[in-house]
Amino acid sequence: MNIFKNQGSKDTRSGFGAGLAELGRSNPNVVALCADLIGSLKMEEFIKENPKRFFQIGIAEANMMGIAAGLTIGGKIPFTGTFANFSTGRVYDQIRQSIAYSNKNVKICASHAGVTLGEDGATHQILEDIGLMKMLPGMTVINTCDYNQTKAATIAIANYKGPVYLRFGRPVVPNFTPIDQEFTIGQGVLLQKGESVTIISTGHLVWETIIAAQELEKEGINCEIINIHTIKPLDEKMIINSVKKTGCVVTAEEHNFLGGLGESVARTLTLNHPSPQEFVATKDTFGESGTPSELMNKYGLNKSSIIKAVKKVVLRK
Amino acid sequence: MEKIDSLKNIVLQVRRDILRMVHKVNSGHPGGSLGCAEFFVTLYNVILNLNEGFNMNGDGEDLFFLSNGHISPVFYSTLARKGYFPIEELNSFRLLNSRLQGHPTTHEGLPGIRIASGSLGQGLSVAIGSAHSKKLNNDSNLVYVLMGDGELQEGQNWEAIMYASAKKIDNLIATVDLNGKQIDGSTEEVMSLGNLSDKFNAFGWEVLSLDKGNDIEEIILTLNKAKSLTGNKKPICILMKTEMGNGVDFMMNTHAWHGKAPNDEQLSSALSQNIQTLGDY
Repeated sequence: MNIFKNQGSKDTRSGFGAGLAELGRSNPNVVALCADLIGSLKMEEFIKENPKRFFQIGIAEANMMGIAAGLTIGGKIPFTGTFANFSTGRVYDQIRQSIAYSNKNVKICASHAGVTLGEDGATHQILEDIGLMKMLPGMTVINTCDYNQTKAATIAIANYKGPVYLRFGRPVVPNFTPIDQEFTIGQGVLLQKGESVTIISTGHLVWETIIAAQELEKEGINCEIINIHTIKPLDEKMIINSVKKTGCVVTAEEHNFLGGLGESVARTLTLNHPSPQEFVATKDTFGESGTPSELMNKYGLNKSSIIKAVKKVVLRK
Repeated sequence: MEKIDSLKNIVLQVRRDILRMVHKVNSGHPGGSLGCAEFFVTLYNVILNLNEGFNMNGDGEDLFFLSNGHISPVFYSTLARKGYFPIEELNSFRLLNSRLQGHPTTHEGLPGIRIASGSLGQGLSVAIGSAHSKKLNNDSNLVYVLMGDGELQEGQNWEAIMYASAKKIDNLIATVDLNGKQIDGSTEEVMSLGNLSDKFNAFGWEVLSLDKGNDIEEIILTLNKAKSLTGNKKPICILMKTEMGNGVDFMMNTHAWHGKAPNDEQLSSALSQNIQTLGDY
């Protein structure tokens, strides 16, 4: 049953770097900005090949967002790069006024999202960014799950006109998305059909969901798995149709359960097909220092938390 | 001379527009708007190289950004009188379903506006970005931005000021409206800006002083001087001293009219000091 072949584990941020490099070759309007984190964002290849289309802003994220907004006037497609924390919370008003409200074609590319940033601790581990960004009118919010998906998403958002928040991370995770899989903004990816429960997951939790489902299968619990990479606009149709069939849902994300994917799913189902739901997410808390896997375990963002949530939710049907 | 007289006539009409706009909705910011009337009228009618009509990208023309968006009345009036949209639309300022929002925005599609502003301190960064875009497009036209003096208390400006000189942004002319006043009082009392000329110089900018920022001839001279200094690997700053509430005797020499509209009687007095020249909207 293992149709999910790991093609070799990699970090999602490297998928961003590869996608950006490809855009550098294919789209002359793409420009990139960075606030002193070139290596962390894997932007070296783009910069080497397109030095005049890269802007090193220094440690000044507010200025970076404004400059990105200005670059769109004249037809450029700016990709900003810094950590998720400094891409959102630090510059919320700049994004709100100069980018979202002004409807500027800026791609806010955010690495090191969530607790998997690891040892640097809570000052750098944002777990609120999906909520912050999805609340902005007109903002598209994407959280990718592996290298191939991140690369494809990076390329896809250049062809979409409007502000986008693209969220990815630092740790090395299995790369299982087929290399030729098309990335369509707003369209969920049905990874596996099932009858007992729908598991909807995003980002680093997708692989955990896949291996959880394999264990649950052995116990006779048959999971339908949907990978939601675009949290806004949400693929409501796919979610509703799936939960109509399975009757219950677990959502899984590396984010606070307030404001994340889970709440978007809950809202969708409440309005269309009220159903039992369990949330695999952080529970209104900050992170802390530790290795990525230690943190994922401590904060319940792993296979066993998903299994537990599934067993609970199927009893609530 | 004839040209100056014609500009003065536009200024008189713009002042009337500002006063009537804020009076009608009993809100808005007349003080700073009146103080910058000569600057806006001169910029749009003498200085800027503009294309016919409006497109967002502004290829092949000069661009202007207003960072201190609360002086929207002077911006709207100047744009309308320049033909960007019908002057009758000034009637809709701050009303429901209007393109003339309290603070300027692209959201309602008003021609002439390229960025939302109002939350302070963001315009210089945006102007720098568009200056980068012009260079990438081999477009030799210039980018202008106006900032308030109180607005320089926002830290983002200093990120942008440092950046502009470090990256040699020399197709940009930033003007600071030095009226010395903000909502809670004088800039000196609220949060002294210190010696701005020294500060911009220390940050590596070319600094020009415009001591008579309500004198059209002086504005033309200084802006032309600024233009002549572009392309020299340095950003250019004009410190423009203006009189808040200029042209209305009881609105001058006070910060009281920063964000307050005149009542009927005050409007009548203010209008009597500024005769109709181009016809009220």
